[in-house]
Amino acid sequence: MGPALRMGGLVFALILLVVVGVVTGGDRFVSFGNVTTILSLAAVTGVVSIGMTFVITSGGIDLSVGAVVALASIWASTLSTQYLAQDYGWWVIVVTALAVGLVAGLINGVIIAYGKVPAFMATLAMLAAARGLAELIAGRRTQILEDVDPFFDVFQARPLGVPVIVWIFVVVAAAGWFLLNRTTFGRRTVAIGGNPEASRLAGIKIKRHTLYLYGLSGLTAGIGAVILLARTTSGSSTHGTLLELDTIAAVVVGGTLLAGGRGTITGTVLGVLIFSTLTNVFVINNLDSSVQAIAKGAIIVGAVLLQQWFASREKATST
Amino acid sequence: MVDVDPQRAEQRDEQPLPLLRMRGIVKQFPGARALDGVDLEVRPGEVHCLLGQNGAGKSTLIKVLAGAHQPTEGEILLDEEPVTIADPVAALNLGIATIYQELDVVDGLTVAENIYLGHELARGGVTRRSDAARNTREILKRLGHPEISPHREVGSLPAAGKQIVSLARALSRDARVVIMDEPSAVLDSEEVENLHRIVRELTADGVAVVYISHRLEEIRQLGDRITVIKDGRTVATSLLVADTPTDELIRLMTGRSVEYAFPERPGVPEDAAPVLEVEGLGLGDVFKDVSLTVRAGEIVGLAGLVGSGRSEILETIYGARRSTSGTVRLNGKRLGSGVHAAVAAGIGLCPEERKSQGLLLDEPVYRNITLSTFARFARGGLLDEGAERAAAREQIEALDLRPASADRDARTLSGGNQQKALLARWLVHGCRVLLLDEPTRGVDVGARAEIYNLIRRLADDGAAVLVVSSEIPEVLGLADRVLVISDGRAVHDGPADDIDEHAVLDLVMEGSAA
Repeated sequence: MGPALRMGGLVFALILLVVVGVVTGGDRFVSFGNVTTILSLAAVTGVVSIGMTFVITSGGIDLSVGAVVALASIWASTLSTQYLAQDYGWWVIVVTALAVGLVAGLINGVIIAYGKVPAFMATLAMLAAARGLAELIAGRRTQILEDVDPFFDVFQARPLGVPVIVWIFVVVAAAGWFLLNRTTFGRRTVAIGGNPEASRLAGIKIKRHTLYLYGLSGLTAGIGAVILLARTTSGSSTHGTLLELDTIAAVVVGGTLLAGGRGTITGTVLGVLIFSTLTNVFVINNLDSSVQAIAKGAIIVGAVLLQQWFASREKATST
Repeated sequence: MVDVDPQRAEQRDEQPLPLLRMRGIVKQFPGARALDGVDLEVRPGEVHCLLGQNGAGKSTLIKVLAGAHQPTEGEILLDEEPVTIADPVAALNLGIATIYQELDVVDGLTVAENIYLGHELARGGVTRRSDAARNTREILKRLGHPEISPHREVGSLPAAGKQIVSLARALSRDARVVIMDEPSAVLDSEEVENLHRIVRELTADGVAVVYISHRLEEIRQLGDRITVIKDGRTVATSLLVADTPTDELIRLMTGRSVEYAFPERPGVPEDAAPVLEVEGLGLGDVFKDVSLTVRAGEIVGLAGLVGSGRSEILETIYGARRSTSGTVRLNGKRLGSGVHAAVAAGIGLCPEERKSQGLLLDEPVYRNITLSTFARFARGGLLDEGAERAAAREQIEALDLRPASADRDARTLSGGNQQKALLARWLVHGCRVLLLDEPTRGVDVGARAEIYNLIRRLADDGAAVLVVSSEIPEVLGLADRVLVISDGRAVHDGPADDIDEHAVLDLVMEGSAA
């Protein structure tokens, strides 16, 4: 299956969902407000999925993103961070969230690349530990951002009528596309995912690159935390629950190979949009969220089955 | 064919009916004829040795017997009845068991579970563990290893123990023909003694053993008769071990029907500068104290059997394995550790397993060619794919890589062209030292000459080339100088002209008999 055909399939699925939305929801679905709602709700999953796309393309996995989002949101909304933000400016919150995400990701990276722990286990451990630390810091309380109006002035603005958090998603996705397709970083990522041994023997420093990849994934989790802080005006140790599953699903449905070696940012964005549109269609029709979960499961299985079917056909014709 | 003097053959001819007979077995693979008329006749209670060089077709023959491959032509008779061995289960049901070199035991299961794997003793889906354990104990006792507990996890056993488990599995299926592929290669001398004892006991019970070994001394001790195959054909069958001199065996194994065309050797000038200097290099138990020098314009070949440490020597020089002793110098400067340092210094490795170690199969050819250099073409981290393609195209043309497309996936190339893509990678890089591990493995005969010419041309341009091959004529024909590796040591170092295939084989076989 050529990339064009794959993208065509995803676009088709998305259009199908939109048609269902229009037919069942009518004006409530097609309104500008509803579209920006879909995109706003997609922003966190979307941004984190971009980092996840890199990790999965390299043949890895990052189960800790949801927990890291929670930890970053908590750390960036503690009273001391808020005081600092009041004294020095709103950017303190942003830098704190990004730094927490980056450091958590780098810890994952060190353990995976240099400790040779399987990514699944290392990030599973981080999933548990990061959320635990978030609960400890917050005392399991929701931390509301107060007296940091400049932060909200920036992140709740709507340039051209579109929320800033949606713009962040757009910018991160565009940067991710560029990084994956046009830079040496992206080439290394694909090479390591395609054949780590061949990449190593060609002289690529795969340990260092692996470290960077998990750092990147942590960084996008930090950006996700900033978006959540802006949208919910609070930090919480329950933020990002099951986000790892939503992002992995979006990435894989988008056409990135779970085994590594092939990644597509465009596909990931479409995957994210498909799931958030699906959620929206269910919400505006007041349908049971359990049914929605079932539909989501069906989409995941269907997409992966299709992927494998195409892959096996590809192999059969090319060898 | 060499016929055995019938009078002599009679001495051992107490059981006239052969148990297993193969007649005119042909196995055609796409693009290659692995077997081209093999005859084999195995009698009950004998140790029948199968002899042949690497690539002669021994493994294919074994796989045909084990049901893993279907012969294209020819017939297999068991008790003089034609049989079809459709799959490995059919082989076991016929009483043919195979002990592969890579022991196919499941490490996480117990000894008893391994032995009954695939034919578990069960009633109504519930395994009868105590029965299995009791039978296992009996079989292990018969094999002279009552100390191995049926409940022990196989992963905790040494290689010799795993081999016993493999054998026990064969016996649990009431095997009448046991095929053993280089069983002694993984064993130390004491374990080899025990293995021989077991083989003798099996044959005393009337089981036929087809035994593959490169150790002539072992064949002398253990074997009854020998079949020699070469280039997929039986060249001598049912030779009596006792009556066949070693010289004769080596002559049978080496006399070639396929002639390789090797390029002329221009001769390396005496004053050519040493480029790669390896001194006292060692890697744990794998190889020790290997010293060699490759000069500019010189091709040095490493000859040796599989498992002698050849590939590991290349990989250690390259920094892909961490040496335990010795130094590697490039142009007099000591090489830093790690692959990256070697590549940065201008050393390139074309690995043994092209597909798993060399290529990104689902990426276009040009990205495979520029895998070590794409960062050099890039500016500030931004890829310059135009420059990459141009550099790749230049090499595609220079090496006559076909089809001459930079954008096809590497998967679609033939073995020879995949090898060219790997060479192109290091040419784009500007490597002055090339380490080539089995450069013609999986390359068909026609394309081989092309690869040889290419390697020679690179040397003529001043590259220092170190090449490993399990095909001795290839090493002798291509290299200027040859090191013979046996059991992890260099047992010979001299000009390729001064040694012949026979002498090399002598060296590696004698060396590994210890």
